[in-house]
Amino acid sequence: MTTAAARGDGRAAFAYLLPTGLILLGLMGYPLYQLIMISLFDYGQEQVSGGAPLEFLGLGHYTQQLTDPKFWTVFGQTVGFAGVCVLGTLVFGAALAVLATRVRPWARNTLFLAAMSAWSTPAVAGSTIWLFLFDTNFGFVNEVLGIQGFSWTFDRWLAFGLVAAQVIWCSFPFVMVTLYAGIKAIPGEVIEAAALDGAGAIRTARSVILPLLRPLLIVVTIQSVIWDFKVFTQIYIMTGGGGIAGRNLVLNVYAYQQAFAASDYGLGATIGVVMTVLLLIITLGYLRALRRTGEPL
Amino acid sequence: MRKITIVAAGLAVALLTGCAPVTGGSGEGADERTGTVRVWLFDEVNRAPKEAVVKEAIAEFQQAHSGVTVDVQYIPIQTRAERFKAAFSDQQSAPDVAEFGNTDLAGYVAGGGFAELDLSSWNEAKDLLPTLADTGKVNGTTYGVPWYVGTRALYYRTDVFGELGVQPPATLADIAPLARRIRAAKPDMLGISAGGKYTYAAMPFVWAQGGELATRSGDKYTAAIDSPQAKAGLSQYTELIKDDICPPATCAGNSGEASVEAFRAGKAAMVIGGDFNRRSVDASSVAGRYGIVPLPGKATGSIAPAFAGGNLLGVLKGTRHRTLATEFTELLGGKKYQRKMFEAMGNMPAFGDVQRGLATENPVIEPFVKTLNADTRFVPITPSWAKIDAQLVLPTLIQEVATGSGTVDAATKKAADAMNSAFGS
Repeated sequence: MTTAAARGDGRAAFAYLLPTGLILLGLMGYPLYQLIMISLFDYGQEQVSGGAPLEFLGLGHYTQQLTDPKFWTVFGQTVGFAGVCVLGTLVFGAALAVLATRVRPWARNTLFLAAMSAWSTPAVAGSTIWLFLFDTNFGFVNEVLGIQGFSWTFDRWLAFGLVAAQVIWCSFPFVMVTLYAGIKAIPGEVIEAAALDGAGAIRTARSVILPLLRPLLIVVTIQSVIWDFKVFTQIYIMTGGGGIAGRNLVLNVYAYQQAFAASDYGLGATIGVVMTVLLLIITLGYLRALRRTGEPL
Repeated sequence: MRKITIVAAGLAVALLTGCAPVTGGSGEGADERTGTVRVWLFDEVNRAPKEAVVKEAIAEFQQAHSGVTVDVQYIPIQTRAERFKAAFSDQQSAPDVAEFGNTDLAGYVAGGGFAELDLSSWNEAKDLLPTLADTGKVNGTTYGVPWYVGTRALYYRTDVFGELGVQPPATLADIAPLARRIRAAKPDMLGISAGGKYTYAAMPFVWAQGGELATRSGDKYTAAIDSPQAKAGLSQYTELIKDDICPPATCAGNSGEASVEAFRAGKAAMVIGGDFNRRSVDASSVAGRYGIVPLPGKATGSIAPAFAGGNLLGVLKGTRHRTLATEFTELLGGKKYQRKMFEAMGNMPAFGDVQRGLATENPVIEPFVKTLNADTRFVPITPSWAKIDAQLVLPTLIQEVATGSGTVDAATKKAADAMNSAFGS
């Protein structure tokens, strides 16, 4: 009797999940399947338009990529760049969220308005505007600093830093808004209770606010990791397609340059699959690390 | 358990329905004698004069062929690759005739996009400059008629040269010392605006030294960019992207366009520029204060072989109006309209006799005509070149040497490996 009821529940649950499942499968599963399929073939423009026969390469593209030192250089750069961007976004976003809870409404509204306009600026426009600001000869920044003729995009690390600043500028508002909402949602009684127990501001932040914000922090961190790992527009526009001699390449731009612009879709798909797998590993690793600290997810 | 069964079943279905990525069919077209001939031409910043000439050609064509209309669509140059790829994959949406860059030809032909052109009954074909006609051929078969050609020469500032009492360089080796001298005298000025991404300015140096980008044996190309001659040429070009001529921080990231822009802004004493840049330079601050000479070669009095860039007109493979499309190509690509296009847009015709005629009327284009008639070269005609181009192999090579992050030997070796790997695939 109980098992029959459980089975009935299971069926009902399955029926409820089915529509979402089908949509997810269609929108995400099928493209992923196609991506993996394409990565196993020598699949270029000639093959797409039927000018040349398909050739099955198996894991050929994978061994080619994974043994290419250039790929690992770019991979290292991507991880480092994404790491800096994630950290910067979180620190900046969290600091401003805390600030927003402490200031008068007019200041908070101004801050939010400024953040929202940064957030809503399209990446292409934002990158171009930053480039104008930091232009070697006519840029506002160089004019203010009195260093006309100084190139911000020539030096490898300076160029990376400039792009990272742009990425942080357009992605911190999400973190700020989310954390601000989280902080506001903490009941006043909890803070009050902590204060009555003799906890100072730092102790309250560490032992009360942070644990309560944890689920939100996890979400914004994972989001940021995924976004920043996949940065394309900013690097492509601000460093002119990957910097002098390709020294500012990140994986997405690299995949575009090596494969998609060159109509070698098989190779591009391979880099796409490798990136997906790496992102999954990073995310899973992060979740595991969290679980080990005893947080139920 | 049940979940696993469902997932497995789903996977099995997916695998059965598509075991390989999609490929298109490459059906041959038809030869209808009436209907609409669709044409794709490149959109340009100032399109009106081009459009007027094209309209005239269409009127002439429609008059000669009753029941035929010609429908022209102007496509943006930046997204041309996507447009053409889509057209090749879906022939229903493809035009009958199209303008396209000659460096794209090999890739488009391998992609099954363009049809063989039979020009045997077209008597103007024999007057096309042979090296230019070759840019419309793949493995000896003609797929495109050169509609116009873009060639580069050396622009220099007559006022600056006069002030310093110097003459335009007589050999390639003269350029660096001359440019250095000018920058020493005028520290705000680039001796010569040489871009790290300006490959078409670097290629003449390689060719003039007797080097090649790649050599061909049979139907296979092998990179030759690491030969001693090619290295000599590359060293000579990258020597220009140094602090005492054209500082890497300013110049290493520059494309051809940006290099010419510096000259237009009055910030450079010399630049390698195209005949197609002439109008924009005339509309800039240096108008009337510049001269043009052919880029000198290795020996005094010689001209460095120039890159024969340009656009072709061709007929798409899936066309349903093969004869009409070919005839329209011959009309628009013929002497009459190439001459009109020169008058309208400044595009250099590909016919030797038309060029010479125009040069006597317009002495300013003489350096370009001289260059074209001396020697022009082209990039390897293989679909792999598009890949090498997209992977920025040559710009990376130039930038590595110019910024000192790699030696000429190491950088050319790397570039040659990348090229060979593209040729091999």
